Amino acid sequence: MSNEIKIITEKCTGCTLCFKECIFGAIAMLDSEHLLSDGKKVKKLAQIDLQKCTFCGACVQACKKFGAIELKREESAVHLDMDTTHYKGVWIYAEQRHGEISPVVYELLNESRRLAEKLKVKLSAVLLGDKISNKAEDLIHHGADRVYVFDDPILCEFEDDSYSELLAKLIAAEKPEIVLMGATNIGRSFASRVAAKIETGLTADCTSLDVDINTRNLLQTRPAFGGNIMATILTPKHRPQMATVRHKVFKHAKKDDARKGEVIKKNVEHSSLVIRTKFLKFIKDISAKVNLADADIICSGGRGLGKPEGFKLIEELAEALGGAVGASRAAVDAGWIPYSHQVGQTGRTVSPKLYFACGISGQIQHLVGMGSSDIIVAINKDAACPMMKLATFAIEGDLYEIIPHIVKSLKER
Amino acid sequence: MNIIVCIKQVPNTTNVQIDEKTGTLKREGVESIVNPFDEYAIEEGVRLKERFGGKVTVITMGPPQADSALRSAISRGADNAILVSDRSFAGADTLATSYTLAKAIHAAGKYDIIICGKQATDGDTAQVGPGVAEKLDIPHIAYVKKIESIENNLMVAERMMEDGYDVIEVPLPALITVVKEINTPRLPSLKGMLSSKKAQIPQWGAKELGADKNKIGLTGSPTQVMKIFSPPPRPGGEKLTGHVSEMSKTLVSKLKDLKVI
Repeated sequence: MSNEIKIITEKCTGCTLCFKECIFGAIAMLDSEHLLSDGKKVKKLAQIDLQKCTFCGACVQACKKFGAIELKREESAVHLDMDTTHYKGVWIYAEQRHGEISPVVYELLNESRRLAEKLKVKLSAVLLGDKISNKAEDLIHHGADRVYVFDDPILCEFEDDSYSELLAKLIAAEKPEIVLMGATNIGRSFASRVAAKIETGLTADCTSLDVDINTRNLLQTRPAFGGNIMATILTPKHRPQMATVRHKVFKHAKKDDARKGEVIKKNVEHSSLVIRTKFLKFIKDISAKVNLADADIICSGGRGLGKPEGFKLIEELAEALGGAVGASRAAVDAGWIPYSHQVGQTGRTVSPKLYFACGISGQIQHLVGMGSSDIIVAINKDAACPMMKLATFAIEGDLYEIIPHIVKSLKER
Repeated sequence: MNIIVCIKQVPNTTNVQIDEKTGTLKREGVESIVNPFDEYAIEEGVRLKERFGGKVTVITMGPPQADSALRSAISRGADNAILVSDRSFAGADTLATSYTLAKAIHAAGKYDIIICGKQATDGDTAQVGPGVAEKLDIPHIAYVKKIESIENNLMVAERMMEDGYDVIEVPLPALITVVKEINTPRLPSLKGMLSSKKAQIPQWGAKELGADKNKIGLTGSPTQVMKIFSPPPRPGGEKLTGHVSEMSKTLVSKLKDLKVI
């Protein structure tokens, strides 16, 4: 059996709810006069283009009231006989960069601690690197019950080949039910390779997680279409369930120096590792005083700055706030600031506590990159632009006049 | 040099507007475009061909309409294209898509480098590129912002990271996913547009690929969408008024009250 979806003509009122809901443009409204089961005559009929349909089920939900759309999904056949009950425990990957644990790891520890307690299982962290064994206790103090450590000079820098092989083998041997990673550049690249190796499901960039204690399924909620819709995704018949998690969404775990846990040192057998990639060097971005991904406060400038010098002002504001400097695509494309500062669809996705949008009108591509910020301050000449409407605090006027005043007030605080 | 570029057709969100009343996306009549990141992948493929010779083959998996995305790539310098399309591919998640694309690339013959965009703007997963590399058992470098050199079958590329960039060396064949900084895509040439009109684009289905039916489409997808919903709209904000100095003071004190500064 393959997937089937159909419109039940005598129930379709031609209301267009499904049509509006379909993000894939797979539904058309036909001019087709037909009778409903209660004898009422209607003029429009929904039609599904099966070439475009992904069987996501959004239309079925939109049509709940009328029940005019019937969806039969094919059962996932792979690993159908997989005994998921053998898989126990929640794991997180304790990403480190240049020997330091990435901040997202502490957020993962906090959220996965909650999940592990709900599932009544242990929380383990996996640490790979060179001379990093001393970090294991820190992970335990922040919530891990157990830490697997691969400490070897060969793992000094992140490389997809060696890291993914070691983690995939450990997963196969220990059988955790959930494996979480930060949705960082490393995490996204690495998790995908591991999931493909062990043939399990991976959900990218989750912003909310939960577990169903009956099915032990992980409920993975993530934005799609640049945050315009949210989707909750399950990996019902495969284990482990893998997900990458967006930075800054969950709170940092509290430290408890009295917490005890188990550290398991693993040997790295060089002969069994196939390493094709070779790390040559790292070049630090010196244009950024504060890293965009880790920043709690970001001050961004856009087309409204009018000239490259405008970023001096943005930098002053960022400095007064201890924040990072961001930019819209327009400012980057104009050559006013390097691409590494770009926030938005073709740049970085950020979710700081405070986002200043200076001279940024709020094109959808920018909004998808920063729309989940807690507090947004917009400064713009155009009070009617989308950013000003969206902002927590909107200030209308000339940013060249306003920002120096804000900097002054900040210094006086 | 045999260069493969994987692309995806996505809904164009550039002209999408927010419904003022509901705060949700207006989804009617959205046109399809080549995924923005894939434009850089196509351009980089064509530049490599210009430097080292060879040919660029563009591959997409999608509905028959995705043919237009492939023709767009040909108009920008790609030599040929393959449409991977079959009803049984529908509903594929990133694992099933990686498997299917890897099968298609394998069937397309010998290759030296595979280029993908960093991620597609509809799903935003960034998972398919590395997934394809794993399925083909070749190395990959994600987030490439520059190919420094290709010599003696070794490629050196710069991988963009949060705090700078890593320089990575990898033997070919290899796969890279590229970010915007790597190049500026060219416009279609007249010659390219003529070629794109004339191009014969084969369509490969599950049978042509010799794909395992348990590994494609919804059947081969471990992840399933349980529900889709609109995010709660952001609560309306506050417009500050008064003289500039007053507004600045008000803002700072409000931010202090909210404990964000």
